[in-house]
Amino acid sequence: MAPMLIGAAPFGLIFGTLSVTAGMPAWAAIAMSLVVFAGASQFIAVTLVAASAAPWLIIATTFVVNLRHALYAASLWQQVMHWPRWQRALGAFVLTDECFAIVYHKANSGEPVDMPRYYFGAGFAMYVNWCAFTLVGIVLGRAVPGIEHWGLEFAMAATFVGIVVPLLKGRPQVGAALAAGAVALAAHALPYKLGLMLGAAAGIAVGVWLERGRT
Amino acid sequence: MSMVWTLAGMFAVTYGVRAVLWLGDGHAFPDSVRRALNYVPIAVLTAIVAPVVFVHEGAINAGWNNPQLAGALVTGLIVWRWNKLLAGIAGGMLVYGAWRWLL
Repeated sequence: MAPMLIGAAPFGLIFGTLSVTAGMPAWAAIAMSLVVFAGASQFIAVTLVAASAAPWLIIATTFVVNLRHALYAASLWQQVMHWPRWQRALGAFVLTDECFAIVYHKANSGEPVDMPRYYFGAGFAMYVNWCAFTLVGIVLGRAVPGIEHWGLEFAMAATFVGIVVPLLKGRPQVGAALAAGAVALAAHALPYKLGLMLGAAAGIAVGVWLERGRT
Repeated sequence: MSMVWTLAGMFAVTYGVRAVLWLGDGHAFPDSVRRALNYVPIAVLTAIVAPVVFVHEGAINAGWNNPQLAGALVTGLIVWRWNKLLAGIAGGMLVYGAWRWLL
């Protein structure tokens, strides 16, 4: 859990600082973290706000960028299917990249775990962390110019590398990672983070294909 | 006012994507879909990380002078060898910081 909080903190901070440079009012930046709670799409939204993009364009982009969360929901379905409906409704609100990564990591660690408690602990710790560091970022963004170029965002890349490496247990897994990475790189210049969706689709397809070849 | 609508719309599409599956009742995925979903974490997280690590100022850079790559390799190595996530992240951050400072 701790790595996630450390990894995500710089992003909240950078989001806050960027919102200042983008000329977004402080209340809107904080409100976005409070109600949307989806880092990648918030970064893009800030960029679009700075470019005076139309609201419908910002909303449509947010939808495309966050489509991957539907995959997370499907992937965690086995864990949550027995929860009461209100818990699933609340849980969906905090289903971020980080929450998914840490919960999946825990569920597959083999250790016994009280799943609703772990899920909500992770999810809401991330939520408070994200909103608090958005606020810190807004304050720092006004006080320390240029902080968004310090490279603090590398913490999240390192965290995801650390989560993925132990999952690479066999050829299908390694193949899936290679395909996802290669396609995401080849398509990195596409708008709306479409490269991310294409890379994810390629990785899943190659993993399934290699697994079939084995049995 | 348009900011309020933007935020409301962003909330609606984001929450909708996250919740639509969990709020429908009583569906079970066929085995083939379940197998495919096993690859979601590897595929999605790698697709997020690869451009962060390799793309520098809009161009792909896989050379020794790429600090993200150096840091990611150290993180990967530590986690692979010792299975310590926090140590891996710390090591990767240190190497990344050192690379940026030296170059």
